[in-house]
Amino acid sequence: MTQQQEALRYASLLGWGTRLGVFALIASFAVYVLGVLPPHVPLEQLPSVWNLPVATYLQHTGTPTGWGWLSLAHKGDLSGLIGISLLAGCSLPPLLGLIPLYVKRRDYVYAAICGMVAGVLVLAASGVLTGGH
Amino acid sequence: MQVLSQSIARSAPPALRTGRGLHAAWWMPVILMLLAAPAFAADNVMPTSTMPWWFWPLALFVTCFLIGIVAVPAGIGGGTLFVPIIGGFFPFHLDFVRGAGLLVALASALAAGPMLLRGGLSSLRLALPLALLASMSSIAGALLGLALPASVIQTALGMIVLGIVTLMLFSKKSEFPHVAQPDRLSSALGIHGVFIDGASGQAINWQVHRTPLGLLIFLAIGVMAGMFGIGAGWANVPALNLLMGAPLKVSAGTSGLVLSLVDSSAAWVYLNRGAVLPMIAVPSVVGMMLGARIGARLLHVLKGSVIRKMVITLLLFAGMRALLKGLGVWV
Repeated sequence: MTQQQEALRYASLLGWGTRLGVFALIASFAVYVLGVLPPHVPLEQLPSVWNLPVATYLQHTGTPTGWGWLSLAHKGDLSGLIGISLLAGCSLPPLLGLIPLYVKRRDYVYAAICGMVAGVLVLAASGVLTGGH
Repeated sequence: MQVLSQSIARSAPPALRTGRGLHAAWWMPVILMLLAAPAFAADNVMPTSTMPWWFWPLALFVTCFLIGIVAVPAGIGGGTLFVPIIGGFFPFHLDFVRGAGLLVALASALAAGPMLLRGGLSSLRLALPLALLASMSSIAGALLGLALPASVIQTALGMIVLGIVTLMLFSKKSEFPHVAQPDRLSSALGIHGVFIDGASGQAINWQVHRTPLGLLIFLAIGVMAGMFGIGAGWANVPALNLLMGAPLKVSAGTSGLVLSLVDSSAAWVYLNRGAVLPMIAVPSVVGMMLGARIGARLLHVLKGSVIRKMVITLLLFAGMRALLKGLGVWV
């Protein structure tokens, strides 16, 4: 019964996060392709750069790494990363949401495991490991 | 611009051409070092397409839609098909294909996750310890994958895909494996559960064994998921079902939950490294999600065994293509 309670909370938070991420993904892509926001890399130039290794692509297009794209989120192509980031981060709220449930049941091992998985996600997202800043 | 971009790519120093993360080289397995020798013959730069810009995203959407349709009846994750097929036959660099592949696998896992959890087919207690280790190793795998030359990754990908074909052809499945005694670790963690089998309507009690070995296997699975950008359902399910003894349906459901966490970690690495292009990722994700919906509806109409054979043939071809491309034989 308690496992079911955890599963329901996780499922609910994950469902909302995924819906939000997919909506943002599609909306920002529509904005990009329809030309509502000017792209950082012009659409017609994409075929000459998407075949390059990522390091060369970044150097050639002047695209920032890490969270640097946020300062260029008004550009059509980079605004697409908002939805992608939401999708990549939508497991974080469910994980954090489980911790109080486990603590309440004195299941400290699983509370710690949830905290550690969330920590790994935050570490990956931070860009610290990838030198993304 | 086309000439300029190609000249930059050719003249760039090896560390730049092959990815930035030489600091991750300490982690490089010996086998990949050995693989690198013949593979350096193949250049990392794909030929430039002469088609208009919109052609390839449209082709990508249609291809992913079709992959999504066949992936469900074939019982394989769309991400497993995505990287070898798109990496082999589309003009995008493998760095961007792997970034998109992770997002395709992630989106599929996230879409199915809530339903599987509510239905009791996905176990948090089983998934979380495995996901912790696999998430950490997927970050290492992603760093390693972005540090190695694309030709090495192509070669290794070819081998992995051919390995998946072998696994699909010969691996057995056990609907309800017999676990006489749970191991100490799974008992201490309370990894067990009950699920209602939809086919028989019966409540099935389950428990697992060989948890320490399972944790080690998931460590390796995480590396592969991050390195190749393929969803690791093909490896998760046999590990959970045949090794740890979880029922097949619980294994498949829990695999999705593990994937959603593992792929998230690796996807962040690709995102932070700039290896996610919305023009490649978004049509792929949307096409795959729509195709999977159709595939799920056609599940009872299509003959699963025929689709499975077709997918195995397709994977065999894509695996050979990746291998030969990596070795510089078929560029």
